[in-house]
Amino acid sequence: MALFWRRSPASGRVAEPLLQVCGLSKRFGALLATDDVSFELFPGECHALIGPNGAGKTTLVHQISGLLRPDDGSIHFAGSDITRLPAAARALRGLVRTFQISSVIDSFTTLDNVALAAQARHGSSFRFLARADRETALNDAAMAALADVGLEHRAQVPATTLAHGEKRVLELAMALVQKPRALLLDEPMAGVGLEEAERLITLLNRLKSELPMLLVEHDMQAVFSLADRLSVLVYGRLIATGTPEAVRADPEVRAAYLGDAG
Amino acid sequence: MHDALELAATRPQSAALRSYAPALLIFVVLALVPPIALLGPEGYVLSLTTRMMILAIAVISLDLLLGHSGLVSFGHAAFVGLGAYVTGILITEGVVDAFTILGCVVAASALFALVTGAVSLRTSGVYFIMITLAFGQMLYFAASSLSAYGGDDGLTLWNNAQLLGTGVLDDPRGLFYAVLASLIGAFVLVDRLKGSRFGRVLNAAKSNPTRVTCLGFDVFRFRLAAYVIAGVLAGLAGFLSAVQTEFVSPATMSWHRSGELIVMVILGGMGSRNGALLGALAYVGLEELLSTYFAHWKLIFGPLLVLMVLYAKGGLGAVLAPLTGERPRG
Repeated sequence: MALFWRRSPASGRVAEPLLQVCGLSKRFGALLATDDVSFELFPGECHALIGPNGAGKTTLVHQISGLLRPDDGSIHFAGSDITRLPAAARALRGLVRTFQISSVIDSFTTLDNVALAAQARHGSSFRFLARADRETALNDAAMAALADVGLEHRAQVPATTLAHGEKRVLELAMALVQKPRALLLDEPMAGVGLEEAERLITLLNRLKSELPMLLVEHDMQAVFSLADRLSVLVYGRLIATGTPEAVRADPEVRAAYLGDAG
Repeated sequence: MHDALELAATRPQSAALRSYAPALLIFVVLALVPPIALLGPEGYVLSLTTRMMILAIAVISLDLLLGHSGLVSFGHAAFVGLGAYVTGILITEGVVDAFTILGCVVAASALFALVTGAVSLRTSGVYFIMITLAFGQMLYFAASSLSAYGGDDGLTLWNNAQLLGTGVLDDPRGLFYAVLASLIGAFVLVDRLKGSRFGRVLNAAKSNPTRVTCLGFDVFRFRLAAYVIAGVLAGLAGFLSAVQTEFVSPATMSWHRSGELIVMVILGGMGSRNGALLGALAYVGLEELLSTYFAHWKLIFGPLLVLMVLYAKGGLGAVLAPLTGERPRG
């Protein structure tokens, strides 16, 4: 196992990467959706992954979270090889993801959604008779997570009645209640309005000090205000990695993606 | 935030009681059937009601898969038939102790569910329907070819199961109450399952299995456990049916029967609190009523079902929703 020891930009200390993706490739027929991608996520950093539509960002997140199996390459998390680990097991190890399209359980209340997530971490879920909705340990943990993201006033409503922005926040609460070691955020700002985006950015900014995150995002404002490092994905290939300033100045990136956004 | 939680916890207390009203009422009425039946054709009423209740157990078990896990099993009758055959074969071989038979029924249906479930649950959607159908038909043909035990014609039992050495199960009233007790047991068990941690994971995985997987749940294991529980309950229904009719036949596990069970679940309302119970009773009741008056009763029954699906999507459970205060489910 080749480990790259490197200086973590956030802490300035020599640190072992928490998440390390190495030579990852995924092919769908003739399409090379992920082309020899390598990058690291260090403790204490927010690493953003940007790229134009169809660059293979979600495919990459699916492989890291275990929903897709890569054809080649390896993924290490917290010092162990998780390339072949099923998605559920990765979540239990603390590599927790959110989804680009809000995927909360619509038939549940907001609280039950978070309590379900809490259940994954609090003891066995092969409990058949006791009523889950009366478990104070789960409900308290869920309430705390909702309070953390500022959604506690919506705890008892069905998740279908939540506004789009609220669902994005609920996704975060579901991830946070699991006490993750790293977050994979798949376009957390997708489809939210300006005001809500700002709220989300403030929230993520507060979280990133204690929680390393891989942020896949379209929203440039979010990326530049959150990311310590940026990687740019184009046609499945990483064309640049570095600080936001360095990436912004990179001519290849400007040509391929940023255009006048920089 | 604790206040909000407590408020939410006390309010559903009375609401929960109300949501159980149809089931409670049905159980009370059922318990009164034997004394009331004395006034009329006792044998007919008891045997009809017993048959209804046995079917209700099978339907309740199917609803755990269909309504609560989103798993459309088209081979559920196979478990009923398996339970019946294990009972029939054991009694034919001279094993008559009800608990010994029950133990074997539970073991056989659990094993069959574990093996077929482990294969079927690798698939989803239409493929799951087809593969459960295939396993059901496999068992059907296996039973048909059991020439030592009646083969195609079925197996008549010349003896019956004994409960702790007594003939309680041979007495229509004794059997009636044994079946009623089993029905209440099945209802309570599945109802508790639905509200448990286990049920919560199943229910969530019904609408979004990928999300649930990414929360750290191995959805397959939860579904397999549900499949085994449902299979065992259906096996129990098969045991009771063999004891009641003193006859077992491959016809009980044909795919038509599986289809009927699905119709009963839909008629009652998938995943609702009282739906499966209502669906089974209403189906058999309607069938009995219509077939008394019309030779071609299915001509009326069919359109009735169509209307039901069109205008009362949530089934009888949804029709009663204003009374029970239960939130209709998608």
